[in-house]
Amino acid sequence: MTLPGSILPLKLIDLTYAVDGQKLVQNLTLEFTQGPKTLILGPNGAGKSLTLRMAHGLLKPTSGQVQWQQRHPQRHQAMVFQRPVMLRRSAAANIDYALGLKGLGKAEAAELRNEVLAKTGLSGIATRPARVLSIGEQQRLAIARAWALRPQVLFLDEPTASLDPKATRAIEDLIETIHAAGTKIIMSTHDMGQAKRLADEIIFLNQGVLSERTAASDFFTSPHSAEGRAFLEGELLL
Amino acid sequence: MNDFSQAFSLSLDLIFSLDARLAEIVLLSLRVSLSAVLIATLIGLPLGAALATLRFPGRRTVNAFLSSLMGLPPVVVGLVVYLLLSRSGPMGSLGLLFTPTAMIIAQSLLITPIIASLARQVSEDLWGEYRDQLTSLGCEPLRAVPTILWDGRYRLTTAVLAGFGRATAEVGAVMIVGGNIDHVTRVMTTTIALETSKGNLSLALALGMILITLSLTINVATFMIRDQVKGESL
Amino acid sequence: MIMKINRFFAYLLATLLVLNTNIAFAADRYIVVASTTSTENSGLFSYILPIFTEKSGIEVRVVAKGTGKAIRMAQDGDADVLFVHHKPSEEKFVTEGYGLQRFDVMYNDFILVGPDSDPAGVAGNSDITAAFKQIADKEALFASRGDDSGTHKKEQGLWKKAGVDYEAASGKWYRATGQGMGATLNAAVAMGAYALSDRATWIAFKNKGDFSIVSEGSPLLFNQYGVILVNPEKHPHVKAEEGQAFIDWVLSKEGQDAIASFKLEGEQLFFTNAQ
Repeated sequence: MTLPGSILPLKLIDLTYAVDGQKLVQNLTLEFTQGPKTLILGPNGAGKSLTLRMAHGLLKPTSGQVQWQQRHPQRHQAMVFQRPVMLRRSAAANIDYALGLKGLGKAEAAELRNEVLAKTGLSGIATRPARVLSIGEQQRLAIARAWALRPQVLFLDEPTASLDPKATRAIEDLIETIHAAGTKIIMSTHDMGQAKRLADEIIFLNQGVLSERTAASDFFTSPHSAEGRAFLEGELLL
Repeated sequence: MNDFSQAFSLSLDLIFSLDARLAEIVLLSLRVSLSAVLIATLIGLPLGAALATLRFPGRRTVNAFLSSLMGLPPVVVGLVVYLLLSRSGPMGSLGLLFTPTAMIIAQSLLITPIIASLARQVSEDLWGEYRDQLTSLGCEPLRAVPTILWDGRYRLTTAVLAGFGRATAEVGAVMIVGGNIDHVTRVMTTTIALETSKGNLSLALALGMILITLSLTINVATFMIRDQVKGESL
Repeated sequence: MIMKINRFFAYLLATLLVLNTNIAFAADRYIVVASTTSTENSGLFSYILPIFTEKSGIEVRVVAKGTGKAIRMAQDGDADVLFVHHKPSEEKFVTEGYGLQRFDVMYNDFILVGPDSDPAGVAGNSDITAAFKQIADKEALFASRGDDSGTHKKEQGLWKKAGVDYEAASGKWYRATGQGMGATLNAAVAMGAYALSDRATWIAFKNKGDFSIVSEGSPLLFNQYGVILVNPEKHPHVKAEEGQAFIDWVLSKEGQDAIASFKLEGEQLFFTNAQ
């Protein structure tokens, strides 16, 4: 289904990413549509992060194609990284910078920035240098910065991997809020619990290969693939 | 060792008597070297940052070339500028030889590669950290240059100071293109060379001590201002 | 942020302009004199030039080099007046059309200096050629300017007269420093080597150590200084009027008296002989 003005669905067609002949992502074909929160699950080294980066346009696939529905899809998507990258300036200025790149005027940007700071509970620290914030606050700010861009699609690459449970909860709540506000969530994680809490659908990757794609409700009770089953049972996938 | 104690007391004498000749020479040194640093900063910082963010064929060669220019012998730079500015040279009609302007040109040529090269190294570190995030935000490599310069401003002061240090310390280039003319192009280093050649070793050493003190003061002051501002805004 | 960066660079540019405002308004009434290290290092110019400038309003900028380099500078048109001390080269300069006319200004003499230990045993020998011969025979260290200066040319002539192949000895007992008079004297004192110097530089030199004059007084050691205006037909930008004013003053009674009255440590350094 294609909504008017929407960059979705996103199609990954036969994507392969290889370094020195070793295929880290292999012949991956996937389609992402508006709606469900999609979680890409898999152990470390499964190729989750590479897949997100190729989809977002940060990495050029060795072969295969990334297809969006609009001419300038880049303007309508954003990404949050595992380690938040904070510019060396205040929290508010970090958001202003991103909005400035989009060509927003000062007044408009300030309004939007204050709005996302309030929604992410960061209004109190707006003037503080971003790099002295706690890592949890930094990640919230990174999400606020991404959200301020009003993306249709938000990629999140293991956004809570370096966070404590309390900060993780705050991030997960934010992701739910952003999803509820209509942004498509595509997120990677290796944390089964997190996938259970957040996912509407699961894409399970193992060693660069798609093992299965299943609705979350089914995946955790009856995974289709042997790899998925093994992962759920806590085995190491070698 | 007598020379050292003599030079030390002589340098104190010169400083505290506010010797007018010394002041003239110090001020000219600062004017020439600061101007050269300003020019080299205007060119070197954006150039260094652009070399870090842009990807183009031959980039490695350009970088290697720039790095090797860091070690340019001042005498060679001086000679090249001399030949360019000489009345018989291509830019002779400007009449710039043996003027402070000629010295500024020579020192700018000498230190622009230093500032650009060091700025490139700082910028590459920063760009490595920022690239994915900035690209994700839709920032083109060229547009990233001011971002890198702004965010790297504290680390970049080191590059600028390195250029300043080199400019104030060199004698070869300013001696050749300035001619060490009394009251016109005589700076700290050429005075030291001159007094050495006159056998005034204590005076030469005293001037050397003043030069070191001066550059130390500027370095310490810059770092203090930097840390002060950095503490406030990070 | 872009604005901040722009503002930062604008500040730099403004500072640059402020620093250099006076460059644009620098004095126009000045001439460049290509001269030798001996006249500059001895302090002669710092003594006589303010007198001339006071009177004429013309600033004189002296670039002190070896005679060879000074002549080259004048040939390239980078000086208005040439003030050096090697008559044959000066005459050639005029003959080739680079200079208008050569005038005698003043003279002093060259001297041979050496360590008090006097390894070649030449102290007190006023026959300079014999002294040179003896240094070569004993292979005592000798420090040469080696920089194509007037003093260097004089020294080369003396070796030739003494029948010594100094070039063959270069690097052994003959040490060419390739530097100015002062630097060469520093090197000579440090090595304990004999050296030929003009008297003015030697008297003004502050790092004599245990060195003193070992040979002087030979007519061969005569050291004549001349002054030449660079030919404005070769180099139209030459400030002929101001340059000529300087030359006229140097040759005038007033200029000559000023030169003669310049003393260092009670000694007169230059003797005037303008015609």
